[in-house]
Amino acid sequence: MKKHILAALSILGLLSAGGCGDTHMHSQAVYMLVDTSGTYAKQVSKAVKIVNYLLATLNPGDSLAVAKVESRSFTEKDIVDKVTFDKRPSRATEQKRAFKARIEAFAQGARGSAHTDITGGLIQGAEYLNETKAGIKTIVIFSDMEEDLDKGAVRDFPIHLDGIRIVALNVTKLGSDNADPRKYLDRLAHWKARVKKAGASEWVMVNDLENNMEAILGGH
Amino acid sequence: MNDWHSWLFWPNNVALSLLALFMLLTLFLYAARRQIHGVIHSLCYLVASSLRFAARWLFSAANTLRERNRTVLLAHGETEATAQIEREFERVTSIIRKDLQEYPALQRKLREEITRIEEDFRRCGEVPPPPPEWVSALESVAQIKSGGDIPRKLLEDINKSIQKIHDKTVTEFRRSYEDRHKILKGMLPTWRSVAQAMEQIDKKMVSLQDNGKRIDDHMAKYEAMRAKDDKAEHMLTVSGFVQLGISSLVMVIAMGGAFINYKLIALPMSEMVGASDYITNNLKTSDVAALVIILMEASMGLFLLESLRITGLFPRIASMDDRMRRRLMLVSLVFLVILAGIESSLALMRDMLIADKAALMRDLASAAPAAAEGGLLTHIPMAGQMIMGFVLPFALAFVAIPLETVVYSLRTVIGALLVLLLRGLGFVLRFIGVGFKRIAKVLEMTYDICIVIPLLVERIVGASGGSAPGRLRQQKSGSTS
Repeated sequence: MKKHILAALSILGLLSAGGCGDTHMHSQAVYMLVDTSGTYAKQVSKAVKIVNYLLATLNPGDSLAVAKVESRSFTEKDIVDKVTFDKRPSRATEQKRAFKARIEAFAQGARGSAHTDITGGLIQGAEYLNETKAGIKTIVIFSDMEEDLDKGAVRDFPIHLDGIRIVALNVTKLGSDNADPRKYLDRLAHWKARVKKAGASEWVMVNDLENNMEAILGGH
Repeated sequence: MNDWHSWLFWPNNVALSLLALFMLLTLFLYAARRQIHGVIHSLCYLVASSLRFAARWLFSAANTLRERNRTVLLAHGETEATAQIEREFERVTSIIRKDLQEYPALQRKLREEITRIEEDFRRCGEVPPPPPEWVSALESVAQIKSGGDIPRKLLEDINKSIQKIHDKTVTEFRRSYEDRHKILKGMLPTWRSVAQAMEQIDKKMVSLQDNGKRIDDHMAKYEAMRAKDDKAEHMLTVSGFVQLGISSLVMVIAMGGAFINYKLIALPMSEMVGASDYITNNLKTSDVAALVIILMEASMGLFLLESLRITGLFPRIASMDDRMRRRLMLVSLVFLVILAGIESSLALMRDMLIADKAALMRDLASAAPAAAEGGLLTHIPMAGQMIMGFVLPFALAFVAIPLETVVYSLRTVIGALLVLLLRGLGFVLRFIGVGFKRIAKVLEMTYDICIVIPLLVERIVGASGGSAPGRLRQQKSGSTS
């Protein structure tokens, strides 16, 4: 009899252990980079809408971090806020409310930076996402994708974005792009090639924020 | 291309080479005709015999299965009939115990009332008027021979007394009639009471008679089952199909209820066990937990109905002593009530979670705040969910009844369908076997078509008194075909 009880308990234990292992496989982690450099800083209100969409879409157990892209972005200081939602839906709702409030406060006081270090932000984002051990990892870049590095900032080395989805949002055209559209297209092609080379699982670009929001999380 | 040409005798003359090849092949086929016919015949016979053997085995298996089904079906039918007869006997016993137990008292009452009626009847019998005493006095007066005033006076006195007596007698007669009428009037309630008592007895007797008839019907069925009658078996099989259909329908409805129940508690269960925990790739722990709660409710309902002896899926529970059974019933009921309470509170939590999420969505959409909540309208869905959460487990408990029917009738239905399937397969195999027998002849004839020229030559030679081997071959080919 004791043997049977032990066997049943061990099966239950294995099942529960399996269940714990699967939790990360289903969770999502999103790292959102918000470009605050130059004229793009005016677009922050749109970024808040994106954050709100993410808050509405992410589930309990998922993680979300919002960071700003500044002159040198490879630092935790640029992370505006980060949260891993509680497994209980009621607690997760509270966390979402608090997160929303903090992001709104950030948006009100956002200041434009002199340079744009997207690569540093990507490396920082990959680091954060890998720590979450989530099943689906996404870096959302809210920027015009024009990198303008500070003097002394070294970013021309291979980066690692293995298994991470990269979503470029609201990639606006610069004044020079209007004169020569090839610059815009080349810029996008360059980033696509770079992230693919870095091991990213997907490169998605979303400019129609009104109708194509679902593409941010890839329909998960 | 070169490979193909290597088969030609004269590569430069393809037609001639092909003709030569054809001739050679025809000659070879003609020479091997008897052997090839033998091979075709043997192969077809082998396949046909195998199929026939398999068909026979299938028919035999179908018969065995049918016998087994019949035994199980009749045994089950007997058990059911026995239970029904027992129930009818119990009803009869209860009628006898409840109603006819009072029969001695009723009989005594009837006897007493009849005695009273008899007495009354006797009392109200007509009392003859007293014989006229003056008749003898008149006779005496009449015998007096001497006349005079004395007799006249006597007669006058007699007349007076007669008048007096007559008046008195008439008065008494009237009084006695009046008394008799009163007695008869007093008998009326007694008559009514007797009539009512008789009516009651009549009703009980009719009810008993009905029960007796029902017992007779059940006994007739039971006897038919005992005699392993085909009609009884057919009746039971049809009944099995009908019962399965009805029970399945009820089960589908119950499943709909269970699904609604599941939807009601799946979301709030995530608050208890976590929304992001998964047991397998696609199976959320909260969903499984909700399912487990529903299954537990169904199990408790099953135990409750088992302990109430409404269903009989567990012989162990049925054979428990009454005290233990009552305890089990109580425990099941308590668990069911607790689970219903949990579900009701989960339904409330669901409503709160949905309201909270809706508020968050409004905040995130930066929409205008919703109108102030309150009033009866907002509370009605919440109350409805809570009531549903409490009631559905009890409704789900009754699924044990159709479940039992499904379990018992499914065996009959599957058995009958299996027999049908085996017989169908047997028929198909036998049909194919017969086909193979016939196809041997077709193949032989088709073969002969390929070597029709040498056969024609043989026939011509044979007809013009050809060689003995030719005749012999013809004879053999005739016997083979």
